[in-house]
Amino acid sequence: MCVAYPGTVLAVKDRTALIDFSGTRVEALTGLVRTKPGDRVLVHAGCVLQVLPPEEADEMQSLFDEIASLSEEDMKETAG
Amino acid sequence: MNRNDLEQVRTFLHEYDGPEIRLMEVCGTHTASIAKNGIPALLSPAIHLISGPGCPVCVTVTDYIDRLVSLSRTPGTAVVSFGDLLRVRGSRLSLADARADGADVRMVYAPMQMLDFAAREPDRTFVFAAVGFETTAPVYALTLEEAARRELRNVKLLTSLKTMPEVIRAVVRAGTPDGRGRIDGFLAPGHVCAVTGSNEYQELAEETGLPFVVSGFTGPQLLASIAALVKLQGRGTCLNFYPEVVTGTGNAEAKALCRKYYEPCDASWRGLGSIPRSGLRLREEYRTLDAGSSGLDGDHAARGCECAKVLTGQIMPVECPLFGRICTPQYPNGACMVSQEGSCYNWYISGRTR
Ligand code: SF4
Repeated sequence: MCVAYPGTVLAVKDRTALIDFSGTRVEALTGLVRTKPGDRVLVHAGCVLQVLPPEEADEMQSLFDEIASLSEEDMKETAG
Repeated sequence: MNRNDLEQVRTFLHEYDGPEIRLMEVCGTHTASIAKNGIPALLSPAIHLISGPGCPVCVTVTDYIDRLVSLSRTPGTAVVSFGDLLRVRGSRLSLADARADGADVRMVYAPMQMLDFAAREPDRTFVFAAVGFETTAPVYALTLEEAARRELRNVKLLTSLKTMPEVIRAVVRAGTPDGRGRIDGFLAPGHVCAVTGSNEYQELAEETGLPFVVSGFTGPQLLASIAALVKLQGRGTCLNFYPEVVTGTGNAEAKALCRKYYEPCDASWRGLGSIPRSGLRLREEYRTLDAGSSGLDGDHAARGCECAKVLTGQIMPVECPLFGRICTPQYPNGACMVSQEGSCYNWYISGRTR
């Protein structure tokens, strides 16, 4: 039930924002985070939960790097 | 993202031949995504994924459903709910049964929609079935805030709000070192952590001596998190593998709103009983907005249903004698087969056997 969907803010009103989810437009409450038009956001149960970094940011790469570094630590531990 | 990196992670997880490791996800949305992405089949037989008590619908006790049913049949009252809860049976009936029988039950995707009903029908009281974890608790609080601003006085909540840290401790306590309930690491719930922050999980990791990895919800994100947990086994540390959404301290506005409206309380969980300080209830000053949430602790699950053991990782869904025979998504016997985030539902639809 903690499912959340990424969308893009089209317009911001007083306490709500109009969000585009690949063509479907939905109004969501903005009381939990500040947003502006153009922001990529995560929406949960009709409420903006978080502003996301721009899509180009490759978060996965740093995760894979981190996994690789864990192995090195493991090896150091075995060696030591 | 480099495809090679993902391939390496897949190979690592497939060929792992270290000690048997039992990892638990405590978020129903993770459970659903693990099934959708076919992840169990990609793992070495030595890596086991266990669904924990992370589906709010599945851990809700029957007393709570019974109370919703009786509210929905009260003249002048309507119960408003997310779709997932409608088919879950209380001791006898579900909200869907009550609705078929003429009770006023309305399904929404966002609690805020209830406010439009309340404005249009001022003579009717609208009660939201406020189930959920830390992710959804601030949404209900924001809805109450909005109701006050719009001067809507015919809006209430029936709360069954739960919080993660205490139930995780209970799961760890319940598992014996060599027993079936033993857990060696946790996928920490990504969207819960968006609100609470990952620091809570670092504390839990240090306290339990077990690794936690805060995970996103896509296939690659889940595989990366599982690989990190396997590599971290035996170490009490927490990694944040969902940094685009989760920070150490979480969402300050959401936490402040929750502190304003709620206080911690003991909560009853299907399969685990009452756990001290594992829930939230409306504070005294907002108790008039409560539709009678306290004392709903009784749980009378359907006969033969093993949901309680499934939810704590004591048995796999396929080990329940009713699984797939009497209990299916079309004719569910227990909540775990009703909810799209339920463990039994996801094992059934993905044909999982281990
Ligand atoms: S298969 Fe059905 S009866 Fe068995 S534990 Fe799962 S939900 Fe309950």
